[in-house]
Amino acid sequence: MFTFFELPKASTIAASIDHLYDFVYWVSFVSFVGIVVACLYFIFRYHRSRSDPNKTPYIEGHHLSEIIISIILFIVVMIIFAWGWIDYKKIITTPLKPLEINITGKQWLWETEYQNGRRLTNELVVPLGQPVKLVMTSSDVLHSFFIPNFRLKQDVIPNQYTFLSFTAIKRGDHPVFCAEYCGTAHSKMLATVKVMEPVDYQKWQQEWEFKQRGGTPLEEVGASLFASKGCIACHTATDQKLVGPGMQGIYDHDVELVDGSKIKVDENYLRESLMEPQAKIVKGFAPVMPTFKGTLTDQEVGDLISYIKSLEK
Amino acid sequence: MAHAEHAHANYLEAKKGIWSWLVTLDHKRIGVMYLWTTLFFFVVGGLFSLGVRLELLKPGPLFQPDTYNKMFTMHGAIMVFLFIIPIIPAALGNFFLPIMIGAKDVAFPRLNLLSYYIFLVGSSLAVGALIAGGVDTGWTFYTPYSIRSASHVILITLGVFINGFSGILTGLNFMVTLHKLKAPGMTFFNMPLFLWSIYATAIIQVLATPVVGITTFLLILERVLKIGIFDPALGGDPILFQHFFWFYSHPAVYIMILPGMGIISEVVTVFSRKHIFGYKAVAYSSLAIAFISFLVWGHHMFVSGQSPLSNFLFSWLTMFVAVPTAIKVYNWTATLYRGSIVLATPMLYALSFLFMFTIGGVTGLFLAALSVDVHLHDTYFVVAHFHYTMMGGTVMGLLAGIHYWWPKMFGRMYPELWGKISCAFIFVGFNVTFLSQFILGKLGMPRRYHDYFPEYAGWNMVSSIGSLFIGIGFLIMFIYLFWSLKRGAKAPANPWDGKTLEWQISSPPIEHNFTKVPAIPASPYEYGVKG
Ligand code: HEC
Ligand SMILES: [Cu+2]
Ligand SMILES: [Cu+2]
Repeated sequence: MFTFFELPKASTIAASIDHLYDFVYWVSFVSFVGIVVACLYFIFRYHRSRSDPNKTPYIEGHHLSEIIISIILFIVVMIIFAWGWIDYKKIITTPLKPLEINITGKQWLWETEYQNGRRLTNELVVPLGQPVKLVMTSSDVLHSFFIPNFRLKQDVIPNQYTFLSFTAIKRGDHPVFCAEYCGTAHSKMLATVKVMEPVDYQKWQQEWEFKQRGGTPLEEVGASLFASKGCIACHTATDQKLVGPGMQGIYDHDVELVDGSKIKVDENYLRESLMEPQAKIVKGFAPVMPTFKGTLTDQEVGDLISYIKSLEK
Repeated sequence: MAHAEHAHANYLEAKKGIWSWLVTLDHKRIGVMYLWTTLFFFVVGGLFSLGVRLELLKPGPLFQPDTYNKMFTMHGAIMVFLFIIPIIPAALGNFFLPIMIGAKDVAFPRLNLLSYYIFLVGSSLAVGALIAGGVDTGWTFYTPYSIRSASHVILITLGVFINGFSGILTGLNFMVTLHKLKAPGMTFFNMPLFLWSIYATAIIQVLATPVVGITTFLLILERVLKIGIFDPALGGDPILFQHFFWFYSHPAVYIMILPGMGIISEVVTVFSRKHIFGYKAVAYSSLAIAFISFLVWGHHMFVSGQSPLSNFLFSWLTMFVAVPTAIKVYNWTATLYRGSIVLATPMLYALSFLFMFTIGGVTGLFLAALSVDVHLHDTYFVVAHFHYTMMGGTVMGLLAGIHYWWPKMFGRMYPELWGKISCAFIFVGFNVTFLSQFILGKLGMPRRYHDYFPEYAGWNMVSSIGSLFIGIGFLIMFIYLFWSLKRGAKAPANPWDGKTLEWQISSPPIEHNFTKVPAIPASPYEYGVKG
């Protein structure tokens, strides 16, 4: 899986993170060696056997050197900070048109759910070189989805979504650990990311879809919930208004609220619209939407969100 | 006072019997009681860590997973809350703070004794949790796991809650003492640096500890009354807990390290016969560190889902810690320059501190850098990093202090040769144990793992073997320290030729420390020749 000191760099971001790691390593190494060598030299040179305890000079300090060291160090740590932030920004920026996959952590396994309804346990299959966005949650306590070969991790939280985007650049199996302590079998909460050539990935999905036939994609389940749970009383699947706003094209766009502020419609906003509709009211509408807390399961909320996301303009 | 005939007996012999200890108001005796109590917890916490390393010696299970989870939790919780937070301020601080400023006692002796008993009650609850079957949440008690865990979370968090009061009262007592009881001629700028660090620590203790108190209290409320505060299933927010917890626990990191740094300033000067290099820089950097420590808690939460803006600010602010810390290391090193260096055991520990604390400090830079932390967070790299600061820093400072002040506290010398031997074991063992954990972390091994992939076996075995050396080192130390209490050579008043006030009085000190108002030197570090 890896050599004694190095992990494979299996995602687009890995190399860059390793470079910063190496930079900090050398900065540290040089400062550390500087201090140790100075100490050892002083200990040797000014050992009691070579010096008179009553004749040491009375030195109270040296401000200039303190200031110079502070300034140099400050510049170095600001470089480390900026570099870290720039790469971090890349990590959290969702690429355009990613392949979206839902991940749910449970004590003590990982569930993967594809848009076509395919579910896997402790396994995540992704195509090589194609951006992937994981939409993750937990059904019990905190966990953390950690792929060392990608240098990426993100905690997953019950009743909330967190995201992790990456592009895999090395074929093969990459281990996934749960990195947030979650109880008895925390260390056995393992999974594998399998990275395939895009054509193989397509084939892998199509074969399954063919076998399934009956298997309904998430957004279709969502579409039927949209009708059966009564959303259609107040919403349309187009951009036409009823009592409430039309659902078409709202995802990933800004919506204006009654207080004049703007907010981007994402998974957490959609979830909140269902669970606590009164929390944020869309401008031009009355706060009449009932809460669906308790009436919709987490699963159903997820399906509805997939449906709304599919209603692009 | 009642025993005029004993006025000049030393504090250990001035009064007799166990009762005279239990109701004592003498800061020295209270300090000694803290010392033994916290050292006891250190041994308990240490045994758990050996259990942890035993499990990790080889891949494959040895203990049940739940047993293992309880071992690392009890190791962390006991070491943090019952040992490393209290020991230096409450034991060595209590003993030496009044003496070093020329006072007869702390400002509120009764409150001081009360603090000790509060500590005892809180710690007993934690021990109760242990005896009842332990806790399995990790010392951080992250929600919602800690709300749902079937283990004894309430008992231990109640213990932490109660211990908090002890820390707050001790901090308050020290602050007032330092402001009000300095002998004539003693000012904030000619007092020993150890006191500056205790002062900075006291500020953090008083300001930050209430937050952990409230947090544990809310956790208990939530468990008992099922009010939704942190558990999403009850409508709470688990990330809120992390904010609360680290708002205290990051400053607490400096509660742990600052007093250790203070000891290093004392020991390095005495054993190199030099004035401290940059008194004000060292003093103010303690305050600067205390201040910044309140602004960086979010660096524990870079992958928790907190907003990118928070991550930006916390990463940026964390970088600032590097500057005052590095200045201290520079100043200690520069103090050695043109000195006359004696490598007695306290000095060996002080030098070990410099070596290991520097590693602890620079590895903090990796974790403060956002992108690198995404990979390293919650891996063994973090475990190694904080052991280098807490054990390589604080514990080395503590051991330097214990050996340095042992003759003063108990009137006996420790055996120098054995001191060096045990120091060597601890130094080598520590670095073998924890350097390998940096590598494990970089290779992605998560912390709190009961079992691991065979790829990680090599470095884990190295680490476990190292921990055995640490164990042997401490075993030797405890044996010779106990031995020296009765058999050690009688200590002179000033074995190290120190200039601070505690060395100007007898070993062990008399009950009220001074017979007359002591003369205060212009600087606590008047070594060598001026000009
Ligand atoms: C009684 C009418 C009513 C029903 C039933 C209803 N909603 Fe709404 N909904 C509204 C109104 C009115 C608003 C706009 C005011 C607000 O923001 O709460 C709204 C807002 C929303 C929004 C935010 C839209 C935006 O543009 O920001 C979403 C998403 C939503 N509803 C989804 C649903 C779903 C899914 C269902 C079915 C499970 C549903 N609603 C059922 C009335 C309703
Ligand atoms: Cu876990
Ligand atoms: Cu911190």
